[in-house]
Formats: sequence, structure tokens, C-alpha cells
Amino acid sequence: MPRISRGFHGRRRTDVDSSRIPPGQYVVDPEFPVLSAGPTPDVPLASWSFTIDGEVDEPRTWTWDQFLALPSESVTVDIHCVTKWSKIDTVWKAVSLDVLLGEVETSAEYVTASSEGGYTSNLPLADIMDGQAWVAYQFDGEPLEPEHGGPARLLVPHLYFWKSAKWLRGLTLMNEDEPGFWERYGYHNYGDPWKEQRYWGD
Amino acid sequence: MERTAVLGRLGRRRAPLTWRLGTVTALRDETRHARTLVLDVPDWPQDQLAGMHVDVRLTADDGYQAERSYSIASAPEDTGLALTVERIDDGEVSPYLTEEVQVGDGFELRGPIGGYFTWHISDGGPLVLVAGGSGLVPLMAMIRHRMREASEVDTRLLLSSRSWADVLYQQELAAAPDQGVATYFTLTRHSDPGWTGWTRRVDAEMLSEVGPDPAQRPLVYVCGPTPFVEGVAGLLVDLGHEAGQVHTERFGPTGG
Repeated sequence: MPRISRGFHGRRRTDVDSSRIPPGQYVVDPEFPVLSAGPTPDVPLASWSFTIDGEVDEPRTWTWDQFLALPSESVTVDIHCVTKWSKIDTVWKAVSLDVLLGEVETSAEYVTASSEGGYTSNLPLADIMDGQAWVAYQFDGEPLEPEHGGPARLLVPHLYFWKSAKWLRGLTLMNEDEPGFWERYGYHNYGDPWKEQRYWGD
Repeated sequence: MERTAVLGRLGRRRAPLTWRLGTVTALRDETRHARTLVLDVPDWPQDQLAGMHVDVRLTADDGYQAERSYSIASAPEDTGLALTVERIDDGEVSPYLTEEVQVGDGFELRGPIGGYFTWHISDGGPLVLVAGGSGLVPLMAMIRHRMREASEVDTRLLLSSRSWADVLYQQELAAAPDQGVATYFTLTRHSDPGWTGWTRRVDAEMLSEVGPDPAQRPLVYVCGPTPFVEGVAGLLVDLGHEAGQVHTERFGPTGG
């Protein structure tokens, strides 16, 4: 039983359905906090590409123009950052990973997302299929700002947001799970906000 | 992008981070808006590195809970865990921690958390610390760690504040040059009589003057509000610092 904090009353949000807020999270609005380990990279679209490689029949690469030509959808989702903020009803324009993964054949069960600058995050392949994950390139009807991961970022809203790698450049399909950047620094390997899986051992 | 020395230290599987009850043993007003809380936390893990943070969990009497993260201000060598909290006027947690809490009160916390935005004397230098406002807190933990260990690593701090009254840890920073830490200040809303130092936002010229030359491959840590960190980190890369040497921690505009 947690200890009562003498004199603490808190401030419950009455304007947000509390069943949408995972344990330990609070809602920010309208701000959209930025968290990154280093400087924001400047990624020129002319040299941008997105590659799916690893345990696949044949690697596939898309240029920016080829990527934009893929079928996209408008996605409205809640996002949850491990640093405690959540944002409700964020609106993205994005390409479903079902579209991108539909181009390759694989027997792999894991995937490592890799970003400009060397950032990685790892996910089970099953978590980015069946309408659960996208590559997003617009936020709120505008091109995705560099500090939020533009030109394109991974969007996996059912896991803590560090899994949604910014400045996404590729997915590597793997037979073995391999911890990514924050996962090696003590953050949970899976990161389910509803189970409050923030750190190792949670 | 990663430093093997750090990974080697943190490569060990750690015990799960359990909630512990910290008891407030001392309170210090640092500025009009910021207060330091010193806590006694039984069985606090010994693998703390300067730059890490804790999660704090408060529970109201009806069971409602709020969690926030706060940087650790004390050095790993210090007795007592110090958190410096800046009051956000419309915040949910920071007004409680800066105004309501008294010595003897307790609240739950867990940690230490983080591993990338950390510095240990064995990482060497030169060390460049660039802080905006209360972004100084985790960088002060690094300075204190250097002092406790009597390290002579080339260390330079650049602090951007609104005014002198907003500068945290003034007495300690005044003594820092005697211990080999070069300190530089800029006051962006300058109104302090007698202030003859910088009064502009951090720019490339200022960062060059603080130094050292990027060719020395300094370890750089930047912490502060998001726009400050975005700006400074971009300037550092433009000046020739490798992106992988520039560690950032952005204090988002959050619900405090």
C-alpha cells in the first residue's frame, strides 16, 4: 500500500477520460515535449531513404518520393512518453507498416528500428503488424518537424514513445531480439505503458 | 554514439527499481522559485552516476497518484539524495514539493534512472556543461562529483539564466573556479545593477569563447528547456563538435 503524501491533493483532469491514461502518466496539452539523446539531425530529403533488410528474402529501399507515393492514412492515437507525459488524440499522416512489410518475406520474429545518427529501438515484429504501427511524416497536417523526428518517424502508439524511433531510416528484421539504445541504458525491453514497464525489471 | 566505458559499467543487469520511501532531512531555498529537498532513502542503490534522475510518486488520501521525474542534484558520493525542484505555478506536483513538504515528511521515489546523460571522472574530458535555467541541476551533480573526487579534468560550465536571482547554487558556483571549474554566465533578461558579463542568449561566439576547440573532442552535456537545448546543440554541431559527443537532456514544458 503506497504511503499517503501528507498534504498532497493532486489535480485530477476532469476533461479527459481517465481510462485513457496509463498509470503514472499525466496529460499535456497543447505542448508536445521533445526528448532526444543528442542534437537533432538535419536530414535532406534528396538523400533520405528507408530500407527494410536483415532476415528478408531481398532488402527493399524506398526514396522519399517513392515513400510518399505509397498509400497513406490519417491516424488519430494517444501517445505515452516514459518521462510521464501523455498526449491524447494526436493526428498523424502515415504509411502503415503493413504496406511496407507486405513487400518482403521473412520468418523473423523481431525487428530493430534504426535512425539517422545511430539510435536504435527493438520491437517484436508482431507489435508492428496488423494496423498497430506506421511510418509517420505529418503531424497535425504539417510536415513532421525535425525535433519530433522529421522527415519520418516510427509510430507505435501502444508502447512507450521511445520505441517510436525518430528520424527513421530502416528496419532490420532479426531472428533474435537485440536491445536498442535506451533498452541498453536500463529502460524496459518491451515498454507497455498499461503495465508501467518503464525500466528493467518492471 | 555510445561510450564503451559507460556501457561496460551499466552492462550489468540491475535489480528492479523498487519504490522506496524517502524522508526529507533538510530543505534549502535556492531561489525564489526553486527549493532543494535532501532525502534519506534506505537501501538506495550504489550504482548512481552524476546526471541521473529519480521518479517521484505522490499519493493523495483517496488513492489518486501522480508521478514525475526529477534530476538528482547531489553527487553519488554525498550522504543524502538532493533533488532541486523548480516551482511551476500551475503545476500539479512542483508546488507541493517546493511549498508544502516539511522536514520529516516522506514520499516515494525510485531510481537512480538513466545512463546516457551521465558523467563519471573516468570518462575524462575536457568536459563542457551548458545549462539553461534549472537545466543546471544534473550538471551540478557532475561538478559536485568532480569536486568530491578531487578530479582535475578540464571542466567548463556555461549557464544561461534570466537574472542573477535565478541562478541556483550561487555560493558553490562562486567557489568552483578555485577547484578548477571555469564558470561562465549570461543573463538574458539583464536588470542586475553592476552586471558586466554577457546579457545575450547563448550563441556561437559565446560557445567558442567557452571552448575548448572541438578538435579536443570534449564531452558536452546540454540541459535546459527544449528550445534552448535545440538551439545550443545545433550551434555545437555547426561549430564542429561531433553529434555523438553532445549529450542532451531537454526539460520539456511539462505539467510540473
